[in-house]
Amino acid sequence: MDILLIFISAAIVNNFVLTYFLGICPFIGVSKRVDHAFSLGIATTFVMTLTAVATWLINHFILIRFNLPFLEYVSFIIVIASLVQLVEMFIRKVNPFLYRTLGIFLPLITTNCAVLGLALFAVLRDYSFIGTVVFGLGAGLGFTMAIVIMAGIREELEMADVPLPLQGAGITLITAGLLALSFMGFAGLLTA
Amino acid sequence: MAEDTKRSLYYEFVKGLWQENPIFRMLLGMCPTLAVTNSAINGLAMGLATTFVLTCSSIMVSLIRKIVPGQVRLASFIVIIATFVTIADYFLKAFFPPISKQLGPYVPLIVVNCVILGRAEAFSSKKPISLSVADASGIGMGFTGALVFLGIVREILGFGSIFNIQIFGEWFEPWIVMVLPAGAFITLGIMIGVINIFTINQSGRGVCFGCSIGYRLKEKLVTAESMYLTPEELEAAKAGPEKEKKRRKGN
Repeated sequence: MDILLIFISAAIVNNFVLTYFLGICPFIGVSKRVDHAFSLGIATTFVMTLTAVATWLINHFILIRFNLPFLEYVSFIIVIASLVQLVEMFIRKVNPFLYRTLGIFLPLITTNCAVLGLALFAVLRDYSFIGTVVFGLGAGLGFTMAIVIMAGIREELEMADVPLPLQGAGITLITAGLLALSFMGFAGLLTA
Repeated sequence: MAEDTKRSLYYEFVKGLWQENPIFRMLLGMCPTLAVTNSAINGLAMGLATTFVLTCSSIMVSLIRKIVPGQVRLASFIVIIATFVTIADYFLKAFFPPISKQLGPYVPLIVVNCVILGRAEAFSSKKPISLSVADASGIGMGFTGALVFLGIVREILGFGSIFNIQIFGEWFEPWIVMVLPAGAFITLGIMIGVINIFTINQSGRGVCFGCSIGYRLKEKLVTAESMYLTPEELEAAKAGPEKEKKRRKGN
């Protein structure tokens, strides 16, 4: 039950993009094509889940065991960066087709704050191992949902006559605000 | 000569305040901007922490710029930044526990703030220390100013106060939405729109500069920008708003 709650909380109620403002850069800059957004989202979900596993192991077996909490940020960011590189090499070698659809997005994910944010939140909330994995998966899927919705809206926005000063970032941010407002409706899910 | 250096130091400092303001003009570092500006004091703390990390890391990056080989430069920049972020985080935890608690994981998230990595890559890894410090502190002050400004606007509308001092009487009904995430997006969106009215050159297209540190694929530099946008969009974004408008009309 707890696991399900973590998943729903990460994916919908406390959506990473719309409530924690993590991963805003790809969210705002994302292409207007839904399929691109979807590939980026799936690649990010993959990296997030792997990161959740890796950082949990590091935190529990190295940092806590040897009492090195001050190395948390440095070690996490290094692990994320090298993990992304490894995954990229692995996919390129094993499945060139998958690499063409997902792999090109991978290096860009290193600088995505949602990935580091995920690791930090998981440590802060002291999730169990399974909880951390589910948290990563849920957060990734929530991110995918948010950017796919955004790409869809921006496709429609092409047709709209937006005032010149608001074109680009301005209207995207306001749209995101309205989207966040509608996601607030899910807040009742958790207490109910 | 001395006069010349002084003037360029001054220039590098001042350009960050408005002309290259990271938030309003270049749209960088959006995560902390939106997340912590629900009150002015949070914005100030976050801005100062970021300025500290930015300035210290630019000194370090500038010092080692001739030693570090090109392939590992980004990794080493990130480690330097993460170290200073740890220092800033522990400082806040020790001396300002309530603020540290409010900011939560957004202080460690300074590590991936694109403003810092972007400045390290674009400026301090190529310039001497004095210029790097001037540039970093200017950008940092511009960032802090923008955060405090956003924080003040949202705090006035959301709580009816500035820096926790009530300024309205009993009659004021707070706009709760302004301190919620939705308020952050909408306030910043409108603010960028208003600023665009007064400035001739429009802001960028909202693509994070830190992410535009790309990687090489068959000798071609692939960046976040070129990844997210189609080639013609990219060209339009580079050419500026006029051409972009023409392209839209053409369609």
